Amino acid sequence: MIAFLTKRLMHAILVMLVISVIAFAIQDNLGDPIQQMVGQSVPESEREALRERLGLNDPFHVQYLRFAGNAIQGDFGYSYFYREPALDVIARHLPATLELVFGATLIIVLLSVPIGVYSAIKPRSPISRFFMGASIVGISVPVFLTAIVLIQIFSIGMKVTLFPEGTAWGGWLNATLSTQGGMPSFGRGQDLVHVFGYWDSNLFSAGGLRHLVLPSIALASIMLPLFIRLIRAEMLEVLQSEYVKFARAKGISPWRIYFVHALKNTMLPVITVGGVQIGTMVAYTILTETVFQWPGMGLMFLDAINRADIPLIVAYLMIVGVIFVITNTIVDLIYGLVNPTVKLTGKPA
Amino acid sequence: MSLLEVSDLDVRFALRQGEVRALRNVSFSLDRGERLGIVGESGAGKSVAAFTLLNLIARPGFIAGGSIRFDGQELTGLSDRTLRKVRGNRISMIFQDPMMTLNPVLSIGEQMIECLRAHRRISRREARTIALHKLRQVQIPSPETRLDQYPHELSGGMRQRIIIAIALLLDPDIIIADEPTTALDVTIQAEIMALLLELCEKHNVGLILITHDLGVVSQVTQRMLVMYAGRVIEQGPTREIINDPQHPYTQGLMNALPQMATPGERLNQIPGSMPSLSNLPIGCAFHPRCGFANDANGQPRRACREVVPEFVNSGNCRVACHMVAAMLEEEQRLAKEQTS
Amino acid sequence: MTTQLSIPTRWARFRDSYLLYSFKRTWSAQLCLAIFLCLVLAAFMAPWLAPTNPYDLSQIDILDSELPPFWIEGAVERYTLGTDAQGRDLLSIILYGTRVSLVIGFGAVILQAILGVTFGLLAGYLGGRVDAILMRLADIQLSFSTLMVAIVVGAVVKATLGSSFYSQYAVLMLILIIGLAEWPQYARTVRASVLAEKSKEYVDAARVMGLGSRRIMFRHVLPNTLSPVFVISTVQIANAIISEAALSFLGLGMPETHPSLGSLIKSGFDYIQSGSWWITLIPGAVLVVLVLVINLLGDWLRDVMNPRLYKG
Repeated sequence: MIAFLTKRLMHAILVMLVISVIAFAIQDNLGDPIQQMVGQSVPESEREALRERLGLNDPFHVQYLRFAGNAIQGDFGYSYFYREPALDVIARHLPATLELVFGATLIIVLLSVPIGVYSAIKPRSPISRFFMGASIVGISVPVFLTAIVLIQIFSIGMKVTLFPEGTAWGGWLNATLSTQGGMPSFGRGQDLVHVFGYWDSNLFSAGGLRHLVLPSIALASIMLPLFIRLIRAEMLEVLQSEYVKFARAKGISPWRIYFVHALKNTMLPVITVGGVQIGTMVAYTILTETVFQWPGMGLMFLDAINRADIPLIVAYLMIVGVIFVITNTIVDLIYGLVNPTVKLTGKPA
Repeated sequence: MSLLEVSDLDVRFALRQGEVRALRNVSFSLDRGERLGIVGESGAGKSVAAFTLLNLIARPGFIAGGSIRFDGQELTGLSDRTLRKVRGNRISMIFQDPMMTLNPVLSIGEQMIECLRAHRRISRREARTIALHKLRQVQIPSPETRLDQYPHELSGGMRQRIIIAIALLLDPDIIIADEPTTALDVTIQAEIMALLLELCEKHNVGLILITHDLGVVSQVTQRMLVMYAGRVIEQGPTREIINDPQHPYTQGLMNALPQMATPGERLNQIPGSMPSLSNLPIGCAFHPRCGFANDANGQPRRACREVVPEFVNSGNCRVACHMVAAMLEEEQRLAKEQTS
Repeated sequence: MTTQLSIPTRWARFRDSYLLYSFKRTWSAQLCLAIFLCLVLAAFMAPWLAPTNPYDLSQIDILDSELPPFWIEGAVERYTLGTDAQGRDLLSIILYGTRVSLVIGFGAVILQAILGVTFGLLAGYLGGRVDAILMRLADIQLSFSTLMVAIVVGAVVKATLGSSFYSQYAVLMLILIIGLAEWPQYARTVRASVLAEKSKEYVDAARVMGLGSRRIMFRHVLPNTLSPVFVISTVQIANAIISEAALSFLGLGMPETHPSLGSLIKSGFDYIQSGSWWITLIPGAVLVVLVLVINLLGDWLRDVMNPRLYKG
C-alpha cells in the first residue's frame, strides 16, 4: 500500500511538474503584471525599478522556483479582473462545477451499466439495437449542440408546424412533437442552499435541482454513449470467455454469471477508461457551462481567456492538474481493489 | 439401461452462409462408473459433443435432433433452469486450459462455494468445509490458504487440480473432461491424468474423456469412439480398437503414432486434411484421404463416393466403412458356402 | 525470396477485394459514403452551388436578417433555409462553412497522422528511452484529453499572437492546434502494432539480411501497421471536425466573418432565445450528419478490416 502510494505520488509530482512549467511559461510570456499594476502614464524608469523589485528580471529558473513555492502555499497571485487572490476566485467557482460533474456522472453510471449489460446479454433484441444506434448518433453530436437542442426543446419549447395541420395525423404529429419548454437553462438559479465556506449547493432544493437537470444531461450526453458501447463490447468479450462457460457448466444461475462473474471483469477496463475520461469531462464542462452560463470553473476559465486574466488562467490549469491527479489516484485505487492481480504493494503480481 | 444414453444426436450451427452440421447421428452410451474416450482430430466434433450433453453450445449452435437420456430423464428440450440442476451437480466438466477456466477476479474459495450453494441449501461455512475436503482429495498442499488465493497466484497444474476438485464438489455421476491435460507441461500431464483416473475409480464416477491422445485413451478408458467430420466412425471396447482398428481412418491414426514408425524414417501420416464441415464430400467423408476408396485395379469404388456408410458390427465394435462392410459380407458368404 | 516479397502485396490485394465485397453487400455503408461524398462535393463546389457569396459584403442586406427557412411562415423564397442574424443566406454560408470544417478536419488529421506515425514508429521500433519519453508525453497529453489540450493551446496562442492575427490565420492555427493535440492517438496505435510486428519473424529475417533499421521500419514494418491507422483515421476525422466546432464555439476558432459550422452554431446560439432557432440548429444538423456518416463508415471499416486495435 505504501509502495503503491509512493509510486502514485512520484507520478503525481511528475505530472504537476510538467503542468507547472507550462503554466509558468504561459505566465512568464503573457502576463505583464507591471502593465496591470500601474497605468500607461508611469515612466519606463519607474517600471523598470518595479520590475527589479518584483524579481521579474531574475533568470527563468529562479522565477519558476519562486512561482512553484508560492503555488505550493496556495498563492497563485491576484486575478486582474476580480482583484482578489486567484485561488479564492477558483474556490468560489469550484462547487458549481463539481455539482455539475456529479450530476453528469450519476446519469452516466446509472444508465450506462444497465444499458451496456443488457445489450451485451441480448445483443439481437430490438431494444439493444435501438440503444446501439442511438449511441453512435450520441457520439456524433457535439456536447454544445446537445446543450442547445436541450434548451430549444425543454427550455424555450418548440411548436412544430412541419406537418399539414389540416389532416388528422399531421395535427397529431405536430401536437406530439411540440414541447412546452419551461426548464431553467441559465445559471444556477436562486434556490441555492449554503452548506459551508464557498459551497452553495444546487443539490438540496427542488429549484436548485431543476437548474441542474439540463446541464447535467448535456454534460453526460457525450460520455454516456461512449460508456454504453465500451461496457457492451467488454461484456460481450467476457461472456465469450472460458471462465464464463465454466461457470455455466457448474450450474450457476445466469443472474450470478452476469453480475458477479462477468460484470466485475467487464468493469476493469471500464474503470481505466473512466480515469482517462476525467480529463475529457473537464474539457466538456467548459463547453457545457458556456452554453448554460453555469457559473463554474469552466465558464470562469473561458472568461479569463477572453479577459487575458493570466493569473487566473494559470491558477485554473494548476488546480485542474491537482484535481486530475487526485481523481486518477482514486481511480487507480479502485482498480486495485477490484482487480486481485494488481497488488497495491506495487510489486508486479 | 445405461446411465447416459445418447442417440442420433444432430447438432447444427446456423451461420450466415447457411447451416453447418457439426454432429450427425452421434450415438453412444455410458454406464455408471464407466470411462469412455472420444478421439479425433481437432474440428471433428469432439468438443461439440461434450458441450452438447449439457446443452452448453453457444448460439448459433443448436440441437437439431436426437436424444440425450440421463438417468431416465430426457435432457434435450429441457429449460435452462431445469438443466442447471444437472450441470455441475450430476454431470460436471473439466475444461482444456486451466489458465482460462477460473475467473481471475474471484477467489478460489468463492468459485467453489458458489458452485456448492447453487445446488445445495447449505451455509457458506459448511460449503467451505466441503471445498476444503475436496482440495485435500486432489492433493493440494496447504488447502486452507488456497481457498483465499486468486487464480493468478497458482500454477497451471495447481489450477487444474482445483478444477478437478470443483468437478468433484457435488459427487457427480459423470465428469466430462475436454482435453484436460493438453494445455499443461508434459511432466505434469501424467500426474493430473493419474489423479483424475484414481478419483474416478475411487468414487465410481463415470468419465467421458475427450482427447486426441490415443495413448491416454488406451490407459484410462474402457470404451472409445473415434470421430471424423462430425460423425462417429468406429466405436467399441478400447482394447479391441487399439489392438485391431477396423476403419481406415483409425488405422491411419494408429500408424501415425511415433512408436509405430520405423526408427530413422518419416512418421506415417494420413495424407490430406479433414474437410471443413461446411463443405463435406459426398459419400463417405473420409474417402478423399482413404487408401481403400479405389479398388485393387485403381478404379474408384462407387459406394465410397456416393453413399454414406452405415454401421456394421465387427466383433464387439461398430464401424462405419464400406470396405469393412464388404469384407464382412465376403466372410459371411464364405462361411455360408462352407456350411452348405 | 521473390515469393516472400510478394506476400504483403497479394495480401493487401485480397484485403482490398474483401473490403469491396463487403461494401457491395452493406447498404448502410453505401448510403453513408454517398451522403459523405455529397457533402464533400457540395462543400467544395460551394462557389458554384451557393446562391450567394457570403464573404461578399455587397451581396448582404442586413434588412433580410433572421428570415426563417421555407417551411415556416414569413419565409422569403430567395433564402431557402432562411438567413442568419447578419442577413447572410443560410444555405450559402452552410456550404462555405462545411468546406472550412472539412479543410480543417482533414488538414488536422493529416498533421496528426504524420506526427503520430513518425513518433509511434520511433517509439515502437527504437524502444528504450525514446519510447519512454514519447509515450509518457502521449499519456499525459491524452489523460488531459485532446480537447482540453486544444483549448489551452488555442487560448495561449490567441493571447500571444493577438485576436486579429489569430483570426486572420485561423484555418492554419486550428489545423496546427488540433494536429498537435491529437497525435498521441496515432502514436499509440502505431507503436502497439509496431511492437506486435516487431516480434514477428520477417523483421528478424530482414535484420539478418543486413537491412538498416530505417529501411526495415519504413519498408517492412510500416505497411503492416497501416490498417489500424486507416481505421482510426475515420474516427479521428470525425473527432477533428468536432474539436474544430468546439473551439470555434468557444470563440477560439474561425471568426464569424469566415465561419465554420462551429462558429455558425455559436453565432446562431445568441439568437435562439428570440425564436430564430434555425440559425444555430440547421448548421448543427449538418455537422451531426457529417460526423455521423464518418463515424458509421468508421464502424463498418473496423468490422470489415478487423485490425487488432490495441487497448491501453
